[in-house]
Amino acid sequence: MADLVPLLKAEHLTMRFGGVVANDDITFTLEEMELRCLIGPNGAGKSTFFKTLTGQLVPTSGAIAFRGHPIAGKLPHEIARMGIGIKTQVPNVFNGLSVRENIWLAVRRKATPRAQGPAVDAVLEMIRLTDHADRIAATLSHGQRQWVEIGMVLAAEPELILLDEPAAGMTDEETGHTAAIIREINQTRAIIVVEHDMEFIRQIAKKVTVFHQGRVLVEDTVDKVMADQRVRDVYLGKKVAA
Amino acid sequence: MPIRFRLAAQAVAVVLAIVAIALIPSTIELFAMMQLTLFAAMAVLALSLAFIWGFGGILSFGQTAFFGLGGYAYAIAAVNFQDSTPSILLAIVVPSVFAAILGYFIFFGRISDVYLGVITLTVTLILFNCVNSTSGDEYRIGKALLGGFNGMPAVPTFNVPFYPDQVLSPEQSWWVTGGALLGVFLLLRLLLSLPAGRIVVAVRENEVRASLLGYDPRKVKLLTFILSGAIAGLAGALYVNWGAFVGPTIFSLSLSAEIIIWITVGGLGTLLGPVVGCVLIEYIVAYIGSQQAMNSNLVLGAVLIVFVLLLPKGLVPTARDLLMRLVPAPGPKAQLAEERVPPSAAASHMAGAE
Repeated sequence: MADLVPLLKAEHLTMRFGGVVANDDITFTLEEMELRCLIGPNGAGKSTFFKTLTGQLVPTSGAIAFRGHPIAGKLPHEIARMGIGIKTQVPNVFNGLSVRENIWLAVRRKATPRAQGPAVDAVLEMIRLTDHADRIAATLSHGQRQWVEIGMVLAAEPELILLDEPAAGMTDEETGHTAAIIREINQTRAIIVVEHDMEFIRQIAKKVTVFHQGRVLVEDTVDKVMADQRVRDVYLGKKVAA
Repeated sequence: MPIRFRLAAQAVAVVLAIVAIALIPSTIELFAMMQLTLFAAMAVLALSLAFIWGFGGILSFGQTAFFGLGGYAYAIAAVNFQDSTPSILLAIVVPSVFAAILGYFIFFGRISDVYLGVITLTVTLILFNCVNSTSGDEYRIGKALLGGFNGMPAVPTFNVPFYPDQVLSPEQSWWVTGGALLGVFLLLRLLLSLPAGRIVVAVRENEVRASLLGYDPRKVKLLTFILSGAIAGLAGALYVNWGAFVGPTIFSLSLSAEIIIWITVGGLGTLLGPVVGCVLIEYIVAYIGSQQAMNSNLVLGAVLIVFVLLLPKGLVPTARDLLMRLVPAPGPKAQLAEERVPPSAAASHMAGAE
């Protein structure tokens, strides 16, 4: 079983915007059930990398495969149907609809009509919004809307989940909840998280990939990455050292 | 419980509407009934834009293109077949096919909203100019002479299906037109409560999120566009049946603008609002026209400005909000859950309409 195709594999991925090389020859592998954090200073290339994974950008060269099927150049809805769930950086929810209907729209693609109700309830429970199920999404707080979006991603039952800054703009308490939700999801699914908040990464991370100037600087466990002198120099600076 | 109550209230409303449509010919004068027939045909046109704009989030300036195509398709077919049965069908099919072709390039070509407005507007103008320049004997389709600027007079009106010699009386024409309005209204209501309709609304709310959940927004929008074109085409046939005449002004820009005013006045994001707005505005325009004291376009413009400034939500949503404030709701749920939708998808169109 050792030769199984990895869940996600990017090989020699390069992305150029005119003269700027945003991603330079990146090779990246994600195994089943893995939880991976992508970090790096601004302009390091993590967002570009994330966008090529989600089909928003087509790489200049190189290949990305999900379970051996190429992703590059596919449309967002095709990638979603392959089994990849995406949470974008800015919360993208159906603002005019109730929380319940938001989740229902994600559930109904997979579940039979009979199973939809319980499935929606289960997701509401997990994102802790059962009491707010009938509220219109636009009336929720920023943090709650982030959870609605995470809930929608979950409800679609993807095999791989990509989260772009899931804790952005959250209070410490909300961040704690989000970390708990992510750990719970990871019991059954692989996740990639792009994040700035180091505290948050400490709460969830197992393995971390550090981007720097369009390349992968280092890839290791969270403790080793934090201890790495190069990482401290380029990104973490004195905040962690202190 | 509130949902059951709402369903019951809606059933009562439908029965009342059927009774009203049935009784109108015996209670009002022929002239008023003819006017109502025209308003009902126009209200079907209003519903076509109410659906695509209010629920699909697509502002199409080209509803009169489909309306006119439906009208001409009906007229040409009716002259040739001397039977309205296949002609009504063609009045729905021709605009749908046209909408499918136009919509394919617009939505699959990822053309943005602004250009969609420009394209639909331009297509309407192109159709107007094409039809307008068909004077002369050489412009004929089968037996039907297109007539250019003068249009096509004496178009056969509706007959009993498959019995071309049994032409409908004005009363029967009213029943057909009023019935068609109610039918289209209920069909759209039903559609919006089904998963397919919820997906249309979801794409309006957030296209990116819809596609990230695996829905193809291009396909959803194209189907919305086609359905709304089909409804506008049906409205065209009803309109031609009312006047037994069709001319190129059916593609006019002022009508395109008027539909938008109906919906703004009645309430975007509802189905009842545009019908109310259409009948109200058309009544005012007809009234002013008969007085000849003022220019009706001036009044229309003033009405639009007043509504945009003072009642931006439109009549029906404003009335609904007032009612909700007056009737003490049993709980927060009843306030937020909206009419007609099944419990699994208790949703609201209140937001997102602006």
